[in-house]
Amino acid sequence: MRRAFAPWSNPDAKPLIRFDNVTKRFGDAVAVDHLSLDIFEGEFFCLLGPSGCGKTTLMRMLAGFETPSEGGMTLGGQNLAGVPPYRRPVNMMFQSYALFPHMSVEKNIAFGLKQDGLPKDQIAERVGEMLRLVQLEKLARRYPSQLSGGQRQRVALARALAKKPKVLLLDEPLGALDKKLREETQFELMDIQHELHMTFVVVTHDQEEAMTMADRIAVMDHGRIVQVATPGEIYEQPKTRFIAEFVGDVNILEGHVQGRENGLWRVKASSAEHPLTIDDPDEVLHSGQAVAIAVRPEKMLIHRDPPEPGAVNVLSGEVWDIGYLGDWTVYRVKLATGEILRVTRANASRFVDNPIDWDEQVHVTFAPDAAVILAE
Amino acid sequence: MVERSLLRRVTAGLVPAIPYLWLGVLFLVPFLIVLKISLSDPAVAQPPYKPVFEWGDIAGFFGALDLENFELLTQDDLYFRATLSSVRIAAFSTLLLLLVGFPIAYGMARAPERVRSLLVALVILPFWTSFLIRIYAWVAILKPEGLLTQALTGLGLIAQPLDILNTETAVYIGIVYAYLPFMVLPLYATLEKMDDTLLEAALDLGSPPWRSFWTITVPLAMPGIVAGSLLCFIPAVGEFVIPDLLGGSETLMIGRQLWSEFFSNRDWPLASAVAILLLIILVVPIVIYRDVEARRVEGRP
Repeated sequence: MRRAFAPWSNPDAKPLIRFDNVTKRFGDAVAVDHLSLDIFEGEFFCLLGPSGCGKTTLMRMLAGFETPSEGGMTLGGQNLAGVPPYRRPVNMMFQSYALFPHMSVEKNIAFGLKQDGLPKDQIAERVGEMLRLVQLEKLARRYPSQLSGGQRQRVALARALAKKPKVLLLDEPLGALDKKLREETQFELMDIQHELHMTFVVVTHDQEEAMTMADRIAVMDHGRIVQVATPGEIYEQPKTRFIAEFVGDVNILEGHVQGRENGLWRVKASSAEHPLTIDDPDEVLHSGQAVAIAVRPEKMLIHRDPPEPGAVNVLSGEVWDIGYLGDWTVYRVKLATGEILRVTRANASRFVDNPIDWDEQVHVTFAPDAAVILAE
Repeated sequence: MVERSLLRRVTAGLVPAIPYLWLGVLFLVPFLIVLKISLSDPAVAQPPYKPVFEWGDIAGFFGALDLENFELLTQDDLYFRATLSSVRIAAFSTLLLLLVGFPIAYGMARAPERVRSLLVALVILPFWTSFLIRIYAWVAILKPEGLLTQALTGLGLIAQPLDILNTETAVYIGIVYAYLPFMVLPLYATLEKMDDTLLEAALDLGSPPWRSFWTITVPLAMPGIVAGSLLCFIPAVGEFVIPDLLGGSETLMIGRQLWSEFFSNRDWPLASAVAILLLIILVVPIVIYRDVEARRVEGRP
């Protein structure tokens, strides 16, 4: 089902959108800091980051609501400098939806088409198409105040798609929806994007949303892009501690590099009795260097019995908390150093004999390739 | 418990009754009195009309009431012309007020939040001076050797003194000046509530700013436009002070007519008939407004 789609790894591919060393200042504050980024046609691209990281400013510059202080942007090779928002082949779905309260659903959707001076029958046809796409045919005559949150979101989407923009910008598109609806809508958005072969750029602070939908994610922090990669790469090979901690849950063990043996790094961590063995071949490290070892909770195993002698990567402690989530159980294990590890276990069977209980002494292990070394 | 709930029911019934009580005592009763006087005949007496109500002769009292004064209003075209001229002056003034008031209200709504309350205070500030004195001040400004003429000749823009005072132009200037806050404040209230992202959305969908003004800003400001226009139009139709002080003898307005019937001619019954006529003229736009508003609300509850 999922296509092999990776234009970013093709050196000959021409990007649809290019940010070239873009800086945006508001007074003294730098919102976007010398940022360069390529986005390719047909991509579902996510800008992910905490609030205030500059992701919304970046999107608003693309829409034309803000002008870069330095640097330039191109869209399909056309320089966007000086092009007003109403002449850009880019449409935006606003976080608040920004539906026109004095217009019915169909008038809202038709608004953009009317600006282009299309003949009436073509407008009606396109509006009908959009209403079918978002399954709102029956509500065409309603006003925004008569719609539920989910329905408004669909109208906003239909209105932004109606003009067939080269790029659709979505600002926290699912932020106002409840959890169940959000999940459904995520998949719907993906289907619509796939069906229309359109380029979507989504701004979100919700890493789960980004992971589910995006072809690639750009993680932003303090106006810069920290990493641009596929969701899998972001999760499994985070470049920095910030990304490891921002995307998903992670256990961080601090230590110093001892050396390399058989292609594996040996790291002395204060929380473990024996040096840890980590398989992270790409890192270039030197002895004595301070590093952080990042291990995802689901990649750690929890045991009651002490592991066999010679086992690698053993951390011992006591069970501090147990959280039962249904599909997962979360164990919080307190180590002798006082650090708390988070270990998750899938509840693959319905009943477990003699399960691990609170305050028990346990051993946590992880495989050498389960961890990532992050240079400090 | 029983007493408390009874008390509560009584107070709960009383609270909605307060506005009706107010309207009954201060509007309906005076209205009925004026209506009665309008159906009476003038008399050289105290009060200057007859019949006067007496418990002994109720039948005779009602028998003496007639529509003579209203017939007179239809016979003398002075009243018709005065009414027409009042409506025309009020309507044109309202239009001018919209043209002047909208940019002011828009600018206020777009101003930084911390200066907005100051701007509102400035709009209201003129009310701290007596209305009469402010209109008198315009006499000093507009008269042929007044401040305006002095300023414009000083700037070399005109050679002849301006002859504005005692013309309709002066009435327009006076009305626009005096009623501006009543136009600006309702407009400001609706414009200030408007969501700026709506304009961004319009911009994004290909609508240049000047077009968005007509398709988004004006329709959304409509409640303020209607409220401000009515607040200006209704009192302007019955305006007496401004045409009297600034308009000269040429300017015909129904409010002045009413005044002269009451005080110059001391014909209370005819003056009351004019007052009733004025009321009817003013009720029409209010009814229309309510009708439009009701339909708008029905359209999208």
